[in-house]
Amino acid sequence: MNNPHHLNPTSLKSRFTTRFLRALTKIRAQKPISSSSPTEIFRRYRRIKVAADKSMAYSVRSRRIWSRAMLWKLRSRSYRRQDPCSGRRSGKTNQAIMKKSSNENTTTRREDGVGFVEEADELRQLVPGGETMNLCNLLDETAHYIKCLTTQ
Amino acid sequence: RRSRSKQSSVSSITDDQITDLVSKLQHLIPELRRRRFNKVSTSKVLQETCNYIRSLHREVEDLSDRLSQLLASTDSDSDQAAIIRSLLMQ
Repeated sequence: MNNPHHLNPTSLKSRFTTRFLRALTKIRAQKPISSSSPTEIFRRYRRIKVAADKSMAYSVRSRRIWSRAMLWKLRSRSYRRQDPCSGRRSGKTNQAIMKKSSNENTTTRREDGVGFVEEADELRQLVPGGETMNLCNLLDETAHYIKCLTTQ
Repeated sequence: RRSRSKQSSVSSITDDQITDLVSKLQHLIPELRRRRFNKVSTSKVLQETCNYIRSLHREVEDLSDRLSQLLASTDSDSDQAAIIRSLLMQ
């Protein structure tokens, strides 16, 4: 593991690591001392995974389409857990927003003989917010997303 | 930049832009980085990108799982538990 003192304090790695360590400390403080039931283990695993994704998304904030999409997903998930009714409503609104922007950007999804529409669609499903991106954005966002995933 | 594609009047994205972005992506994928000087098809680059992202996702899940088990064992005496404890105490 890298010594935190050698990291550039403004780098993505450093921003992510600080946030993630803070989240882990909180998670460790919450849990009961020895709980090894499968549900508890899974719940803890989920919390860590979500903390990792949150730390990653917040380190990038709204500078990227994928991070905005991920932040939206994380927030709506927590709202839904608090109040099931409001979650359903905001889900519908977001679908409308997504559809609208995808209509504006669908120039590259027509049959233009480019030959990699299927692969591009597959990639769209893997990158957060990919469904709304045109090819140009998709490629650009993917590169940044991969950089952040390796940091994570 | 003017696109060489016939349909450029409709699309605002040029072929050059796409080629640039694709080669930039190719450079990021370990599987394809060494083949830089042979032309790799865009289709292949996108395909390998998908595979790479999926493997990164799996790696994150695996690491989260290991972390979760480590956190559960921080009361034990293992070396790893001590490292985690010292990291989290800062």
